[in-house]
Amino acid sequence: MLALTAVLMLAGCTGWQSAIDVQGAAAISIKQLIFLFVAVCSVVWAMVMAVLIRALWRGREERGRPADLDPQTERRMTRAVIAATAVTVVIVTVFTTASFFTTRALSLASHDDLTIKVRGQQWWWSVEYLSPPERRLQTANEIHIPVGQNVRLQLEGADVIHSFWVPNLAGKQDLIPGRPNTLTIRAERPGVYRGQCAEFCGLQHAHMAFLVIAEEPAAFERWVNSQQQSATDPSDADVIAGQQVFLSRPCAACHAIRGTSATGTTGPDLTHVGGRKYIAAGLLETTRGSLAAWIADPQTLKPGNNMPMVPLSADELRSVSAYLASLK
Amino acid sequence: MGFLTTVDHKIIARRYIITSFVFLALGGVLALLMRLQLAQPEARVLSPDRYNQIFTMHGANMMFLFAVPVMEAMGVYLVPLMVGTRNIAFPRLNAFSYWIFLAGGALLWIAFALDMAPDVGWFAYVPLSGPQYGAGKRADIWAQMITFTEIAALAVAVEIVVTVLKQRAPGMSLDRIPLFVWSMLVTSFVVIMAMPAIVFLSTSLILDRLVGTHFFNPAEGGDVLLWQHLFWFFGHPEVYIIFLPAVGMVSSIVETFARRPVFGYLAMVMALIATGMLAFGLWVHHMFATGLPRLSESFFTASSMAIAIPAGIQVFCWLATLWDGAPLFRTPLLFVIGFIVTFVIGGLTGVMAASVPFDTQVHDTYFVVAHFHYVLIGGAVFPLLGGIYYWFPKITGRMMSETLGKWAFWLIFVGFNLTFFPMHILGLAGMPRRIYTYQPDMPWYGLNMFVSISSLVLVAGFFVFFVDAIRSVRAGVSAAENPWDAPTLEWATASPPPSYNFAQIPVVNGLNPLWDQPACLMVASGLRTDRRELIVSTVAAANPQVPGGLTGKFDLAILGCSRDHRDADRVDLHAVGGRLGIRSSCSRIDRLVLAQGNARG
Repeated sequence: MLALTAVLMLAGCTGWQSAIDVQGAAAISIKQLIFLFVAVCSVVWAMVMAVLIRALWRGREERGRPADLDPQTERRMTRAVIAATAVTVVIVTVFTTASFFTTRALSLASHDDLTIKVRGQQWWWSVEYLSPPERRLQTANEIHIPVGQNVRLQLEGADVIHSFWVPNLAGKQDLIPGRPNTLTIRAERPGVYRGQCAEFCGLQHAHMAFLVIAEEPAAFERWVNSQQQSATDPSDADVIAGQQVFLSRPCAACHAIRGTSATGTTGPDLTHVGGRKYIAAGLLETTRGSLAAWIADPQTLKPGNNMPMVPLSADELRSVSAYLASLK
Repeated sequence: MGFLTTVDHKIIARRYIITSFVFLALGGVLALLMRLQLAQPEARVLSPDRYNQIFTMHGANMMFLFAVPVMEAMGVYLVPLMVGTRNIAFPRLNAFSYWIFLAGGALLWIAFALDMAPDVGWFAYVPLSGPQYGAGKRADIWAQMITFTEIAALAVAVEIVVTVLKQRAPGMSLDRIPLFVWSMLVTSFVVIMAMPAIVFLSTSLILDRLVGTHFFNPAEGGDVLLWQHLFWFFGHPEVYIIFLPAVGMVSSIVETFARRPVFGYLAMVMALIATGMLAFGLWVHHMFATGLPRLSESFFTASSMAIAIPAGIQVFCWLATLWDGAPLFRTPLLFVIGFIVTFVIGGLTGVMAASVPFDTQVHDTYFVVAHFHYVLIGGAVFPLLGGIYYWFPKITGRMMSETLGKWAFWLIFVGFNLTFFPMHILGLAGMPRRIYTYQPDMPWYGLNMFVSISSLVLVAGFFVFFVDAIRSVRAGVSAAENPWDAPTLEWATASPPPSYNFAQIPVVNGLNPLWDQPACLMVASGLRTDRRELIVSTVAAANPQVPGGLTGKFDLAILGCSRDHRDADRVDLHAVGGRLGIRSSCSRIDRLVLAQGNARG
């Protein structure tokens, strides 16, 4: 059973949203703690099972009347129970101490290189880079961070409670209305790590994912520069028509596209939506087709979400999806 | 009318048990529906709205309508018999508690049938359940169901405390109380201290929603986290409200089938009391991700891990009992062995989740789902099923089938582990709980399919159990008074016991009366046999004080109904009379039969 467990753990725990396949400073030290706990607990369980099996199937003489007890056996068993209890106390003390020191190590980040405000909303993530000032920018559902730097996340719940969890990088932290929290993450290696809301937040709790993309500092700087630009003016006729549709239809009431008259803040900022890997908080990979499908019928793809279905003609749908896909 | 007005603790407990098992079956169907939906990524078996209702219903139903009531019901049935009295204290309150529990259950399930069941999770966190985000009547139904069922639980707790402290058979001093009775006593105190928190909570939620107060509205100075503190101040002890009666059942079964008294009686009692007290010091371990100060979280890590010590002591004492005993592998003992195997896993994963850093990775994931099913099914349902097999002959007068019992055990044991063990791995692989679906590009598909298929084995086991129970009520082999040769007093009367339990109240001079006095059981004489008169005894030594008539007449007087005041006075006069004597009755059975005849005449 233990061997089976080990195999399953190795097989089941690789991936881009895993607490075992760790790539961040916090997650690495937690993983060490997890392995310590699992190893000790496995031994404890195996020992209890060994005693149980022996107790059930050991050869023994006939017992007398049930109420008759042998004083010598009672004394021996008393000693055994006391010893086992003492071992339990020791293990629990070691666990508590190990846990305490891991907690301390996690919260001892000396400085922050970057501060990002993350607001959880039903059912997407608004991301605002706050400091340093030269890196201010606004995006959604995708957080780029430089490898090896401490990133301080200010976590706020806009409506109900959500929980920010990227298991490859760190443990989770709740986003609670009225009680801002912070979490410091640091990626040790470049990669794309998936995160997901971990506190039940209503109808589309299952579709509230995001990505943390850790990049080398140079690549990160390039990304910041591109994100700080306003949307490029379209040149292609189809795309120009799409921009017209976007600005004249209700889209602009909820979404912002910097460089245009669209300044809504109810929905995600779409200035560079075409450059993000996913749309609708991890629901679909960003392609022109998926954008069209999403705009055509958001309530079938993600029932209950706050984006209404806006009736569009086939031409309008084609051009508006071309426009959004062009916003790299 | 007799059906509605009965105050016999055994009839009410039987109703409670049957109703709870009906809710168990319904909750199991909900679980199957969830497994059907989760077997494949992006499945469309259930809509997200229906799925959210179903997982909320599953949790609320299993906690409030199955686990707590069924444990209390076992106490209502067994405690008066085990302490050797003729009825539970406050029998009318007992009847009331059943009906109000039924009302709570009906409310929830009728709402579900009308597609308006709560959809906010069984802990109904605000603001999701609050006036702004919890649309319709759904959260109100959750809150009202809570109020109904918790009042029922409180009523039973009060009855059990009074029954145990004041109605024990003469001679059953505190150190001679059976461990199951001790566990029910501790449980009842935990209920009395924990339930007011949630009754306050459900009331304040209703006030926020319907009256416009702002207990939980941060915009008006309310606090969202207040909800979590109060909920878990109840919610964590709730686990022990379910678990402690189960360990009491384990002790009863272990001593009967290991053929020796439980080793370390005093240590077991102390462990029960320690668990009951520690239960109130660990609620914050449900809130490690909410951003509370790290130092105070560490305190709750320490207290949460400390509870492993009393739990460990109990496991060690059962192992010692089995070691020195001569185990008889009947179905009840099989379930207890299954309990030890699985509960130790659940306890150890609990120790893991008690660590703050560990918990920030597994909190609200399938790891936790696996953990609490190991604790609640492995730790409580296994002993309960063993207990049903064990006490079934006492309750119905017929034995359950050993063959079907072994089938049920193995199917449930294997099915349970295949279903829930992989969930640990799913959790570490990043799968959050309470998601109605997952994307095809997540690596969870295979294990989820495996879990869903395994759940069918578990269901098959429960199906065999239900078939066995229903069949045995009619066609089981007739049971003798004490078919297992067990040591405690519930086995000193007929199976099933007559309405008055004991024609003559037993007198106890040891911890295991039927083993200590195998040839004859002392009984107290002088009590009336034409009415359900009973002995009130002192708290510590259980010396008889007064015979009190709890036929309902006494009780009615307390409730302020004037009809039977005259009879109530008469009871008081009896009390002054003090005509109790104790004598040895060496032909116990003959005498009981004789006395029963008198009572019926």
